Amino acid sequence: MAPTTAASDLATLTRHSLAGLRMLLAFTFVTGLAYPLAMTAVGQVAFPWQANGSLVRSDGGPTTSRSDAVGSALVAQGFTGAEYFHPRPSAGEHDTLASGGSNLGPLNPGLVASIEGRKAAVAAAEGVAAADVPPDAVTASASGLDPHISPAYAAIQVARVARERGLSDTDVADLVARHTAGRDLGVLGEPRVNVLELNLALDVADLRP
Amino acid sequence: MIGVHTAVLSPVVAAVAQILVLVAALAAVHAPLGAYLARTYTSPNHLRAERLWYRVVRVDPDAEQRWTTYLMSLLGFSLVSVLFLYGLERLQAHLPWSLGLAGFDPAGAWNSAVSFTTNTNWQWYSGEAAAGHLLQMAGFAVQNFVSASVGMAVAIALVRGFARSGTDARIGNFWSDLTRGVVRVLLPLSAVAAVVLMASGVIQNLDPHTALRTVEGASQHVLGGPVASQEAIKDLGTNGGGFFNANSAHPLENPTPLTNLVEIFLLLVIPFTLPRAFGLMVGDRRQGWAILGVMAGLWAASLALTTWAEMAGPGAAPQAAGAAMEGKETRFGLAASALFAVSTTATSTGSVNSMHDSFPAPGGGMLLFNMLLGEVAPGGVGAGLSGMLVLAVVAVFVAGLMVGRTPEYLGKKIGRPEMTIVALYVLTVPALVLVGTAVSVVVEPGLAGVQDPGPHGLSEVLYAFASAANNNGSAFAGLTTGTPFYEVAQGLVMLAGRFVPIALVLALAGRLASQTTVPATSGTLPTHRPLFAGLLAAVAIVVVGLTFIPVLSLGPVVESLS
Repeated sequence: MAPTTAASDLATLTRHSLAGLRMLLAFTFVTGLAYPLAMTAVGQVAFPWQANGSLVRSDGGPTTSRSDAVGSALVAQGFTGAEYFHPRPSAGEHDTLASGGSNLGPLNPGLVASIEGRKAAVAAAEGVAAADVPPDAVTASASGLDPHISPAYAAIQVARVARERGLSDTDVADLVARHTAGRDLGVLGEPRVNVLELNLALDVADLRP
Repeated sequence: MIGVHTAVLSPVVAAVAQILVLVAALAAVHAPLGAYLARTYTSPNHLRAERLWYRVVRVDPDAEQRWTTYLMSLLGFSLVSVLFLYGLERLQAHLPWSLGLAGFDPAGAWNSAVSFTTNTNWQWYSGEAAAGHLLQMAGFAVQNFVSASVGMAVAIALVRGFARSGTDARIGNFWSDLTRGVVRVLLPLSAVAAVVLMASGVIQNLDPHTALRTVEGASQHVLGGPVASQEAIKDLGTNGGGFFNANSAHPLENPTPLTNLVEIFLLLVIPFTLPRAFGLMVGDRRQGWAILGVMAGLWAASLALTTWAEMAGPGAAPQAAGAAMEGKETRFGLAASALFAVSTTATSTGSVNSMHDSFPAPGGGMLLFNMLLGEVAPGGVGAGLSGMLVLAVVAVFVAGLMVGRTPEYLGKKIGRPEMTIVALYVLTVPALVLVGTAVSVVVEPGLAGVQDPGPHGLSEVLYAFASAANNNGSAFAGLTTGTPFYEVAQGLVMLAGRFVPIALVLALAGRLASQTTVPATSGTLPTHRPLFAGLLAAVAIVVVGLTFIPVLSLGPVVESLS
């Protein structure tokens, strides 16, 4: 009895699998091709700038052409020059092909050492006390591509950037303010400064004497 | 100090307000969407497009199936899904829109094929470096739709078991349920969500990743891909598999705090709405309220504790930095990260907008606990309602023991055969989690993947198997799982953690559907009152607590105390 039951079970499963295969192919066509391609068409027509990566030119203006772009307004670049605002630490060195965080645990001794090291470095570079270095300046972001810094981290970088560019602190602080966003709808997320947009605005303003 | 318009609200007030916005949005759609879901699965009429669909694929959508046949259809469909996806992954190099990427190796392909078919979306690979656009669209995203629809179908079948009386174990038609879930629910909602996400900056194109010169002259790749369309169903279907490695922390998947709230809404909306459909289908909306109340209560408690842990920031690293910002995005900060993390682990989603491995120990432990709870608060699409209804059966059984009456739930007697099925259901996932963890921490290839020293290392392994067995897919990603050992072991655990509970739920549904409904008497325990809701919540916590206290003590508890 057992072999016949097993054989008939197998036959039943095969029959259902064939129906399943036809179903799957139909779903692949509708949800795997028609749906994403239709959405792509909508995006390219209705939101071409966003759908192509929120690219910006060197003058800070939007573009959909990759060859005209110097980056994406949504993706951090690893600014190191003293005349620029610096982004947060990145576990992937701001490589867009290696997004992600450090994933180090909250008690990890290596992480504690990295944080202490970064804090000392930022304090020295910005000429502030270690206690005044904000948390986002010394921690790797989740994506490794975090385009923003906190207003507090921007604030301690103002003096250095102003000095390097021969500008007044007030002028640079005003520019920071213009590139600071509050919480969405007043309550969602956190206030933030877009580093790439701010740095492009600094270059464009061409406020050098 | 400087001219920055600093936040008007204190962080705590903003955090609470953010949660209230989310709750208000969920509440607004609760009744209409719940009614729509119930209609979707009870209407005898097919849409014209569906009729064509059934004719093309040659299935009969009106044949009422016994639970065994329903299960056979489900398993047949899932089997070909695993094989088809495996094939796509292996053959990627030869397919169009593949960005010149190589095929997956056999162990990795097995892992991902199972992972996406089981609604887990565990990812050992990094999307931007390993998966081309065709594999993402025609492979992963398709399973995001259909595996979610399978989960809903199973929950609806169980609800029919309660709602029907004296059938010969007939619980619906799998093909019709599967099709309607996609065509009437997931696809239209995803399309709307995708448009919102695109408008906010999520990319949607078919371009490859190409290099450009940055402002300082470095090289960086501009990323391309059909991301918004996939992001929508990734969250709506509580799947969680990110287009990019950083998942919903990636600024091109989740660019603003507003998209963040939209994504959290998407991953909670169907799980929190299904109890309404359940109430309508069993003809007593109050039963749905009781289930919803327990789900919402557990979710809120978990959210409160995790948000507190995040903002307090205990532990050496958060203390050194001044806040728990390691593995967080600036635009989200602590509150929106905690909100996402709790919602993704309390459902079976597993997408992340922050790196859970770096959470302060009490918060990370809470996320682990959410999954160990069996993801019932509110749980994955369908799987959450199924799990909660099974726990409700346990709760009436416990109550029945206390007063010495034959327990019944919704007019169905809970006898020995029903309790046998329920007991097996309750034991399956914990056994997978604990055996998987135990094996991995004694064998060399298991230990080799552990990143952090001490108790956090155990937490990483425990989290991985809790995630796989409960089909969540999030990770304490410090654990290296891109090795044959973890790929094969996790694949087996995901498979068993998905289909064994499904088979048991359908068996239970069949038994219930064949019973005749007994009328309530004065001795019947009312299951819509706060007393029962409290008992149900207690059962959920006690069952998990007793099972996992030893291993939790060695992991997150020790961490929290050190």
